[in-house]
Formats: sequence, C-alpha cells, structure tokens
Amino acid sequence: MTKSTDNAVTVRNVYKNYGSTEALRDLSLDFPRGQLTSLLGPSGCGKTTLLKIIAGLLPATSGEILVNGEVVKAPGPDRAFVFQDFALMPWASVIRNVAFGLELRGVAKSEREGIAQKYINEVGLTGFEHSFPHELSGGMRQRVGLARALSVDAQVLLMDEPFSAVDEQTRRKFQEDLLGLVKNENKTFIFVTHSIEEAVYVSDQIAILLPRPSRVMEIIRPSGFRHKDVDSIRREPEYLDIVDRIWASLRSYVE
Amino acid sequence: MTLFGYKLPNMSSLILWGILWEIVGQIELTFFLPPLSDIFATLIEIGGTTPFINALKETALAFSIGTLSAICIGIPVGILMGKNQLIDELLLPWVNLFLSAPLTALVPVLMVLFGFGLKSIVITTALFAIWIIVLNSRAGVRQINQSLVEMSKSFGASQLDALTKIYFWAALPEILSGVRIGFIRAVKGVIIGQLLISIVGFGSLFELYASNFLMSHFWAVLIVLFALSFIIAEFLAYLERRVDYYASRR
Repeated sequence: MTKSTDNAVTVRNVYKNYGSTEALRDLSLDFPRGQLTSLLGPSGCGKTTLLKIIAGLLPATSGEILVNGEVVKAPGPDRAFVFQDFALMPWASVIRNVAFGLELRGVAKSEREGIAQKYINEVGLTGFEHSFPHELSGGMRQRVGLARALSVDAQVLLMDEPFSAVDEQTRRKFQEDLLGLVKNENKTFIFVTHSIEEAVYVSDQIAILLPRPSRVMEIIRPSGFRHKDVDSIRREPEYLDIVDRIWASLRSYVE
Repeated sequence: MTLFGYKLPNMSSLILWGILWEIVGQIELTFFLPPLSDIFATLIEIGGTTPFINALKETALAFSIGTLSAICIGIPVGILMGKNQLIDELLLPWVNLFLSAPLTALVPVLMVLFGFGLKSIVITTALFAIWIIVLNSRAGVRQINQSLVEMSKSFGASQLDALTKIYFWAALPEILSGVRIGFIRAVKGVIIGQLLISIVGFGSLFELYASNFLMSHFWAVLIVLFALSFIIAEFLAYLERRVDYYASRR
C-alpha cells in the first residue's frame, strides 16, 4: 500500500480566512485509516472549523482535503457527521431521524427502517423507535445522532464535541462505547474535543492545535494502553503522563 | 376562570353578555339592537332558505379560493425570503408596505384590472391574507437551528430536500400561526370584496338587510359569519397546538 491510501483522510496545506482573520494557516494533517484521531486544543483554535472543512460544510480558502486519495470539496457519502447539539429533527420520531441519511439517498422506506432498527439496537435505544427527541435525555439524543451517522455506513465519522452536551457519567459510558466502536466498526474517526482526558482516553492519535492562527503544534500517539481493558486505562502511567504533558503545553494558552 | 370556587367553562362570559343583550333588546332602547332571541328566531327562519344557502356558497367559494392561493403562494415565498438574502431584500419592503396598507383603498383598482366578478373578490381575499403568511413563514425560517441545515447538507440533501424536509417543518409553528391570522384577515377581505366589487354572497345580504333596517336579519348573518370564522380559527389553533411539542425545542 502506498502512503496516501494508508490515510483515510489527508489535509494538505489548508488555509481558512474569515475576511482578514486567519482561522487556519497552512494546516496539514494525516488521519490513519481505521483509527481515531482527536483534534484537541483551547477554544478558538479552529478545531471545529477544520472538521467542517473536512466534512465539506465549509470551503477552505486554499489547500486540499483528500478522502481515500481523492480531493473532496462537498459533503459525500464517504463521510458522516455527529453534531455537538445532536441536530435531530424535533418533528420526527427516533427511527425517522436515524433513517434520515438513507431517506435522502432514496433508500426505500422498509429497507431504510430495517437498517435504522439495527443501529438503534446497536446504540441501545431498542423500544424508543417511535419516541420523539424531546422525550429523550441528552445522552439518548446523542445516541440517536450516532445511530444516524452509523446507518449511512460512511467510512469516516466526523464527531464535533459529541459528548460535551451530556452529563459526566453518560459521557464516560459514551467514551467506553466509542472505544468498542473503533475496534469493531473498521471506520476512521475524527473527533473534536476540548477535554484532554477524553482525547487521551479514546485516541490512537492526538493532534494538538494552537490558536490564532491555528496550526498543529504536536502529534501524540499513545501506544502502550490501547489494547488494555477500558476500565484500567485511566490508571496507566502512560495515560497520566500524556495528560500531564498536554496540559503543560496548553496551559499558557488558556486565559 | 373560577367564580366562588366553581370552575367556569370556557367563554361562559358570553352567556352574561347574551343576557345583557336580551334585556337591552327587550326594553327597545334602540332599533339597532333587537333582542337576541329574535335574532336566533330569524336565523332559524332564513337559515334554510335558498338565498341564504346561495350566499353562503358564494362567500365560501371566494373565501376558499382566496385563502388557498394565499397559502400556496405565501408559504413558499416566505420560506425563500427567509432562506435567501437577495430575495428577502427585494421583497421585504413590499410585503411590509402591503401588510400595513389600507387594502380596501386598492379594491377599486382591482375592479378596473380584473373586472366585477369572482376573480376580483378572490384576489381581494388573497391580498388580505397573504402578507402575514409570508412574514410569518419568513420569521419561522430565520430562527431555524443552523445545525439542522448543516445536518441535511452533510447527509447530501438537495436544495429541494432541504426546503421540503427541513425548512418547511422547522418553520411550521410560525407558518400555522401566520395562516391562522391570515384566515381571520381573509374573512374581512371576502366581505369587503362582496360589498364593494359586486353585491354577491354575504355582502349582498348585509347590503340588503342594512338598507332595509332589518336588524335582526343583519345580526343573524353576522353571527353566522362570526361563528364560521371562529370555528376556522379554532381549528387552526388546534393544529398549532399539535406542533407545540417541538416549537420550543428547535
């Protein structure tokens, strides 16, 4: 395999300007296939901007995004997005929300609801198919958002601070489930977070971004504890070291 | 409302006003107010007659065509205005102008343009209803949660998909209240049309009864009109409550 196909997504020399403000400057980053890469940094460092450029929701001022070696400029079936605020349609039931990506692709109703049902079961929402988003807790809503992204079977999952709007215990459960997903789904995950612990806990690769203008400061690849049990990761010396190291380098950027 | 610890049914104040009306009518204070019981007797008397049924049909026909076209044109125009800056800037001044303009003054112009028939009446009705529908649809679209729009884009929605599957539904609570207010305005429009353009439908009944000082007939028709528009408005308010569950959570 050549180097370009080892990476599911490649960001090459991307610049993004808002008027005269430079949001991203000459940013290049590789996202290895089948792994989870976190974009971590203080607020205003452009991590969500970068994620939306990869998703094709925002145009880059210059530079390229390659997915499976091909330049992309718009959203495509190879990528699916999980939103920070869930972005569920409040007028639609859980099953219709989950099947919405397939509905837009013109998949027949019975077929898409079959697929949706499978992922509803997978994220643990069996029995809530016909509930409406306002009847669910924040954590359950994000499970709907996750099931929707999984059901279109995209190779790349883009997650924009997906757990920041749920409570701490739900968040921990989500992080454990995410590790299972990365292991079993054979997809590439790009995960935006502002939590150092979360990034170190779930990531194969952590890209630390610095603000104004945003650039990659450092790439860290935790290696020692990836295969360990989900319960013991937080006690690993390497985990604790990396968390400390990242905090040491970020603390000067936090007001 | 509760009175002396008893829960009164909705609109029980109407009973009080009805009694007061009856008393004022019985003591013959003014010819303008016949007793309420006389009015209802007249209503039953004229209710089944052919002229009344025909008038009701004529008014209902003009009203439904007028409001239907106001809805079919108003909602898409409002959604497009909310979505597209250019269209918005082109149309908004006109919509605001016509919303507050005295439309009755335009009716003679409509008669010159469209003649003295049903067409002019329908257009008058639609003109009364459409502007608030446009403005409300626009407002509904403008408050849409941007991440819903991004969500539909990221899953590959076309422009048409986004309009029919996201924008319309997200704006539905505002659209429905616009339609409700538009309908109430359209009742005014259709009666003004039938009084000024050609004396047909309920307009002709009002004209006939008022000019002959048949006050109980006049009030009977007015009560029918009030009851009909009340039922329509209540039905639309019911539809609005149906979407209430997500109106505050978009």
